Amino acid sequence: MSEARTNILRRLSAGKPHFAAPAAATRVPLARWDVPGRIDQFRNKMESVRAEVHVTVRDRWPDLLKSLVTEKQLSNLLYAPNGPLGETLSQAWRKEDPSPLICRNEAVDEWKEELFFNIGGAITAARWGIAETGSLVLWPTTEEPRSFSLVPPVHIAVLEAKDIYDTFADLVEQQNWHLCMPTNALLISGPSKTADIEQTLAYGVHGPIELIIIVIT
Amino acid sequence: MQQKVEFHDRAGKALHNPQIRSNFRYAMDGLMLKRLRSFPDLDELNRLRLRSAEIRANALARLPELLEQLEARCRENGIQVHWAETAEQANEIVLGIMNRHGAKLLIKGKSMVSEEMELNHYLEQHGIECLESDLGEYILQLAGEPPSHIVAPAIHKSRQQVAQLFKEKFPDIPYSDDVDTLTRNARDILRRKFYEAPVGLSGVNFAVAETGTICLVENEGNGRMCTTIPPVHIAVTGIEKVVEKLSDVPPLLSILPRSATGQHITTYFNMISSPRKPDEKDGPDEVHLLLLDNGRSHIYKDAELIATLRCIRCGACMNHCPVYARIGGHAYGTTIPGPIGSILEPQKAGLDQLGELATASTLCGACGEVCPVRIPIPELLNRLRFERVRQDHTGATRGQGGQRDPWEARIWKAWSWVHANPMLYRLSMRMATGLRWLLPNRLGPWTSVRTAPRPAAKSLHTLAREKGFDHE
Ligand code: SF4
Repeated sequence: MSEARTNILRRLSAGKPHFAAPAAATRVPLARWDVPGRIDQFRNKMESVRAEVHVTVRDRWPDLLKSLVTEKQLSNLLYAPNGPLGETLSQAWRKEDPSPLICRNEAVDEWKEELFFNIGGAITAARWGIAETGSLVLWPTTEEPRSFSLVPPVHIAVLEAKDIYDTFADLVEQQNWHLCMPTNALLISGPSKTADIEQTLAYGVHGPIELIIIVIT
Repeated sequence: MQQKVEFHDRAGKALHNPQIRSNFRYAMDGLMLKRLRSFPDLDELNRLRLRSAEIRANALARLPELLEQLEARCRENGIQVHWAETAEQANEIVLGIMNRHGAKLLIKGKSMVSEEMELNHYLEQHGIECLESDLGEYILQLAGEPPSHIVAPAIHKSRQQVAQLFKEKFPDIPYSDDVDTLTRNARDILRRKFYEAPVGLSGVNFAVAETGTICLVENEGNGRMCTTIPPVHIAVTGIEKVVEKLSDVPPLLSILPRSATGQHITTYFNMISSPRKPDEKDGPDEVHLLLLDNGRSHIYKDAELIATLRCIRCGACMNHCPVYARIGGHAYGTTIPGPIGSILEPQKAGLDQLGELATASTLCGACGEVCPVRIPIPELLNRLRFERVRQDHTGATRGQGGQRDPWEARIWKAWSWVHANPMLYRLSMRMATGLRWLLPNRLGPWTSVRTAPRPAAKSLHTLAREKGFDHE
């Protein structure tokens, strides 16, 4: 359809109207928090959309996770042994038999049925966080593919408090996103939800029904 | 394609349907309140609106270059780019991709452009099943109805109506009008479809020229499903959706969900820049971006009307429109209803076809006031009212002058002549006051709900003169 391309571009270039482009960009002041304030803001926003946030110190998070897995009665927990959390997770459950942890190294296509119907929950790291809107930022990787945070009914994400930015604008600018966009970048702000029936909020439509976040300070 | 609007009939019917009126009133009141609460700082709102308008206006000012840049970046990233001048061409492209993969099922995320293309209808004629996966769109597909709102497509339906529909279509699932149960049922039904579908389709909220990135805003996760699970992803967009830089995205993302539903952000913001890379374990192997013109390059020619193309489809203008709130989305008879529909659709289909929509406004100004990209909708409505009756054939708008009524034109000509001629003016005033009892009691639709106006016995001029004012 290169003919269509030529025609569209020709029409646009020929018809280009003259209107004054705005001179200088309007400045929109960005919100600012100190470190504890940032975590509070992140937590408040996340909790307002029914995500569960647990703030803990580094040594404690594996135990916290173990109690969460029991509490939620997860049949199993999908994880990436070679991902950033892999080592810690394997250690945490090394003594238990059977362990709830499961991993799959093949491409997702090979075990799609299992992923869709037999996984209770998945755990991934979050690359960054955004305080203003209470968002997790994921750049899914080979180890932790994007369907981990999408298909299982429970998603547990582990976020380092130091990686929380005040705003999305700060993150995009300071991490030079324009030079290195991954296949898929995601902002996740709560469990999946809808208000399509009578504007009434209902959680857990097509994505995770529960989102649990462990923030490590 | 678009039919000539039998707008009055449909509006009349909607006005006499108490269920529609209460469903819309309830929903619009809720949406207006939520928007208001999400912008506690008016100064921030004003700046954000200015910034967002600048971003969109700048992108339009450089549209042809940016489209070429977008195409080049996408190609470098491995995304296949297609161009379509018309909805027919766009449909053929989608069909071509489906056929190449021998695909018989298309699973769809929410896309107003695919509604504009009437893609479902087209593919179904070619033996391909299309399945809507956004809950609202899915409900409407079950009901066989078009969306009535661009953000909340099934807003015209009550919970009980949805429950009844599910009961008819899925007699095995126990009846429930509980929203959580209905939602969970839809989840279970659609899960297998995401798993099976060979091709997924989505819309596009912003396409970033700088990086060749497709951005999608959504809450349900069905958009992520459609763009992650099937081996092929097709994204369809109007050519106007491009923005220049990645740094243009955060301000737009900040204002869009707040304007639309009052949420501080949607659950998912999904940025796609390439198909699955060799070492990756999921994601589609093929990503296609389809750029649709369908009349947009025509709107582009007019320095004032081009503002129509800034729209980021938040729906705030319809939520705040006193006309939309009363007649609902279906009365408009177009893909996009409400104030934005009333300026966009007549320009696309031609004023001779849909020019009447430009009159479906009280010009109260609410739409222009809430629009996150500051489209001066009331001014554009006025401009189109002029375009639909102008006769000099100098404007670029399609169907210009197509709704000129010779009688109306003569009346206005006479009016201006009388007002330009003092003698005649005085004479006509004397006649109007003197013969006021001749005015009939019934004046068409006006008097069906009102009493007929009656000229005063003495004109203001006469009264003023009697009081001793004399400006001459
Ligand atoms: S015209 Fe403005 S208010 Fe209406 S949908 Fe578009 S962006 Fe939103």
